[in-house]
Amino acid sequence: MLEVKNLVFHPVDNGVEKSIIEGISFTVKDGEMLVITGPNGGGKSTMAKLLMGIEPLDEGTIMLDGVDITDYSIAQRANAGIGFAFQQPPRFKGMTVSRFLSLAAGEELPERKCCDLLSGVGLCAREYLNREVDGTLSGGEMKRLEIASVLAKPHKICIFDEPEAGIDLWSFSMLVKQFEELHAGKKESLILISHQERIIQMADRIMVIKDGKISALGPKEEVFPDLVDKDTGCICGNQRHKA
Amino acid sequence: MAEIDQVTASILEKIDGEGFKQEGAYNLRYNGYSLCHGNTEHIKIKRKEDKQGIDVYISGDAKGEQVHIPVVVAASGMVDEVYNDFYIGDGAEVTIVAGCGIHNSGCNDSRHDGIHTFHVGKNANVRYEEKHYGEGEGTGARILNPVTKIIMEEHSVFTLDTAQIKGVDSTKRETEVIMGEDSKLFVVEKLMTHGQQSAVSNMDVSLNGAGSSAQIVSRSVAKGNSKQIFHPKAIGNAPCHAHIQCDSIIMDQARVCSIPEIDANHVDAAIIHEAAIGRINNEQLIKLNTFGLSEEAAEAVIIENFLN
Repeated sequence: MLEVKNLVFHPVDNGVEKSIIEGISFTVKDGEMLVITGPNGGGKSTMAKLLMGIEPLDEGTIMLDGVDITDYSIAQRANAGIGFAFQQPPRFKGMTVSRFLSLAAGEELPERKCCDLLSGVGLCAREYLNREVDGTLSGGEMKRLEIASVLAKPHKICIFDEPEAGIDLWSFSMLVKQFEELHAGKKESLILISHQERIIQMADRIMVIKDGKISALGPKEEVFPDLVDKDTGCICGNQRHKA
Repeated sequence: MAEIDQVTASILEKIDGEGFKQEGAYNLRYNGYSLCHGNTEHIKIKRKEDKQGIDVYISGDAKGEQVHIPVVVAASGMVDEVYNDFYIGDGAEVTIVAGCGIHNSGCNDSRHDGIHTFHVGKNANVRYEEKHYGEGEGTGARILNPVTKIIMEEHSVFTLDTAQIKGVDSTKRETEVIMGEDSKLFVVEKLMTHGQQSAVSNMDVSLNGAGSSAQIVSRSVAKGNSKQIFHPKAIGNAPCHAHIQCDSIIMDQARVCSIPEIDANHVDAAIIHEAAIGRINNEQLIKLNTFGLSEEAAEAVIIENFLN
């Protein structure tokens, strides 16, 4: 279980202290899927980065299965069982897709396992194994590879920052299926930051972050009806995903 | 079969990626003389009479064969200048694995200057691999100054794959390529320098034949107080295509100077260059941290793959 208490993040920019995250507390139970949504610039991605240790906390504590990981480095959090998929993943010149996935898995992956991971995110495996994770891959391909990298090994909890961004409709369907299977397995807790109705509909609970604070948190059945057409930045009411 | 000592065997492992064996066509030059050599039906290696070096004759019937010609300098204070000429017959398909390793455990400088000339026949396809490596606990410098000249006839293909792995204190590389009609050149140059090392690489590629094309990629990592200078130049004298790409990672107090030059003497010469120098990308480090890799391990992985 992930227990987050009173997260505060006040970075200083050009000598001015900014209030980005203001006292956010929540828990994610084992096997639970929490979808975080809310307006752009509200603090969702920053919150995810605080959980992974990519940004430094000013206040608050983070506990994973009863262990205080607040002062853990990124690598220590990863080794404690947190997986993280970036919204805009970086590219690596000279690194092949199969090497990238092996690094993600923490062991040399056999070709078959790499192929399974790639097929799972809608990439035709054989075409990609020896390609480089560089500028020759499109934004959509990079996103799918990013998701495959998180699925390359088991975690206690996986954080996906807008996994749907830049992905075509067909791949989006495969992605949803992947998340459904992960969720059905109940082996990993999931935190998904998303604006997409189909992803939000998969949630056990929904958290809405606005202006660095939680503006709603509760079971999907309670929170979702209030999302549509409200000033949350959630666009699912206007752009229903048909995939 | 010649006996190879442990130091030489260890260096051969570093500089001959395909694995050196005393089989097929080969010539091992050790401390200035030929320790062992072998020929095949299609590849003959002859020692030069007038100066140090060998002539390698590759017939057009050679298909998929390899030639291994490593050089090991293990004597401190040695200066070894060698001239190797390759005559590659029309239609030959061959991989030539060269490379030089210096083990200097003394206080005098050790130097090897390999002057290589390739005469590439029509429709021939040549892959030339050259790795440079230095080691040894001595204070004497390890110096390598290769000169490579490649003359390509029509429809020939030449792949030049060079790598300076580590331990070479000073290198000055001069490369000249003359390209005929419809010939294709692929160059990949990989370099890592550290400490007080310096490396200079000058390359002139003349695209003289119509339909010729050249792709030149340079990847380098400069650490410590090391210095690197790249100056690849593509000269388009006919309808041709050329692309120069120089990419460097700079670390610590190193200096990298990248000067890609393009020179068009024909209205249908299409030549592009791009060059980039920058530190290791922080986002890449963070991404690898999220795989559980420490800062040091992530940095090593990024460099290893960048120079892959």
